[in-house]
Amino acid sequence: MPTDYAFPDTAAKVAAARADGGTGEFETEKMSLSMGPSHPSTHGVLRLQMELDGEILTKCDPVVGYLHRGDEKIAENMTYNQFVPYTDRLDYLAPLANNVAYAIAVERLAKLEVPARCQAIRVITSELARISAHLMGLGAFGIDVGAWSVFMYSFTEREKLYTLFEELTGARFTTSYTRIGGLQRDVPEGWTGRVNAFCDQFLPILDEILAMLTRNKIFMDRTVGVGVISREDAIGYGLTGPNLRGSGVGSDLRKDRPYSGYEQFEFDVPVGTKGDCYDRYLVRGEEMKQAVRIIRQAIAKFPGGAWYATDAKKIFGPPKAKVLSSMEELIQNFMLVTEGPQMPAGEVYFEAENPKGTLGFFIVSKGGGVPWRLKIRSPSFCNLSILPKVCVGNLVSDVVSILGSLDFVMGECDR
Amino acid sequence: MSVPADATTALREKFPQVSPRASLDHPAVNVPAADVVAVLKYLRDEFAFDLLTDLTAIDWAEGATPQFTVVYHLLSTTRHVYLRVAADCTDNVAPAVPSVVELWPGANWHEREAFDMFGIQFTGHPDLRRILMWDGYPYHPLRKEFPLAGIETVLPDAEISEETKTKVIAAPMVGGPFVASSGEMSMTEAEPAAKDESWSERREKPE
Repeated sequence: MPTDYAFPDTAAKVAAARADGGTGEFETEKMSLSMGPSHPSTHGVLRLQMELDGEILTKCDPVVGYLHRGDEKIAENMTYNQFVPYTDRLDYLAPLANNVAYAIAVERLAKLEVPARCQAIRVITSELARISAHLMGLGAFGIDVGAWSVFMYSFTEREKLYTLFEELTGARFTTSYTRIGGLQRDVPEGWTGRVNAFCDQFLPILDEILAMLTRNKIFMDRTVGVGVISREDAIGYGLTGPNLRGSGVGSDLRKDRPYSGYEQFEFDVPVGTKGDCYDRYLVRGEEMKQAVRIIRQAIAKFPGGAWYATDAKKIFGPPKAKVLSSMEELIQNFMLVTEGPQMPAGEVYFEAENPKGTLGFFIVSKGGGVPWRLKIRSPSFCNLSILPKVCVGNLVSDVVSILGSLDFVMGECDR
Repeated sequence: MSVPADATTALREKFPQVSPRASLDHPAVNVPAADVVAVLKYLRDEFAFDLLTDLTAIDWAEGATPQFTVVYHLLSTTRHVYLRVAADCTDNVAPAVPSVVELWPGANWHEREAFDMFGIQFTGHPDLRRILMWDGYPYHPLRKEFPLAGIETVLPDAEISEETKTKVIAAPMVGGPFVASSGEMSMTEAEPAAKDESWSERREKPE
């Protein structure tokens, strides 16, 4: 279809301009602009259909779904353990935290309690994932508003984290570390020591990274007072995580409804005051420091004992060595692989405080090893739903700041 | 404002048509679809359930009555408790519930998603378009009758479709889909083996 470049009313406008002798005001018209889906500041495949008056947005319609893979449909067709790798690919910047959220949701369904050691490992991995995700978020935010070097620093630190993840799970990116009722494996010898060493060297570097932005004139000009989200809007649109806390709502599920033993740890929940892009940045920066605090406490009183639920034979698989040598364990393993971990019928909803916000799993079970319905409540999806409201009235360049400060992941938004 | 620990008791006194719902974790209630807005507004204003964390639907498969249930999850940011509210759609062919966008603007996208995936009409929704699938897509993928592999569909852009002569094809799953099934059934039926054997590595897919 050839595009018609001749604007239909051009001739009329020229005639009108000539009629008043060229002294009248210029006629203006609104312009529609499509940003994305392949645009560097949309962090993936988000498309914004904007209507512009000059450089000011008068309308904004986010178009999502480019990365829709039907994860919820897939989940209905496989056993609970088979779905763990799919959770990696939701928020792919924090797969460990997604694994933990999903495992706890299914364990709530089975009314299964995992041992203290398993809980502690899950807390450590979740917080490491939080640091990793926020580092990426800050680095990308920096690039969006013109501070390139932050990204280099934060990626160096993420690389060190990936080395730790690789040592723990065997994979750097898509970890698939949890199992229903436990973990893939125990922590390797000396791993907690190396995590501690990472934390020790990380805090000064984090201060350096934050110092590059916090009082940076350009960064402040681009973020302070930009994209203000009021407390009421933040709650009304279902924002969660740092975006909600940046707007002054001190809601953090780790404190409010502790899971996986978070109640044992001392940490503070940073809360913003104005709800602008700058506040959301500050909240993320402080959250990383608090994450380090939690990790250090968890390692200081790292519990011994079993790292999986030993009493749940129908849910957690037997050790590999026993599968190969004992008939009973072989049958148990076979049943678990073919039929899946056996769950009671019922409905559960569990949300975990993930780096981007609260990641929720609503599981409807009719019994057996496969969920009847598994709904993923993705924080990025909810966080992006406020865009039509918050972008209007801003400059196009401020939209880039707002997107960076909302820190979303399309893999999670589109599922 | 004094807030009772369990909102469901007070809710059932005010709305006698509300009934308790089986749940393994949070308190849950069943609400007739027509009363959804009134009940949720009451819960939001009187019991501080200010955050609509999730809105979704369940398809109970064809033949079940009701076939579609819309589920709301509310969280109170001050009292830190959840509440699950479920509304059965009375009509299985054209399921519909009133929209709650006026109570929570965030419900807008959730309802668009439920419409996209299940075909549930949210009456009063200001802009009920598809959100994850493209405009004009003919199916509702999360319905139980929709196959896992997908259904062949024309491309969303007629121009590109005509130019390239391609279609959106069903996922090639040779011998598959190797899926497990839920519910009460024998092991041979439930295990994740090939369900459709009309084509495999040895036999070509019939055109």
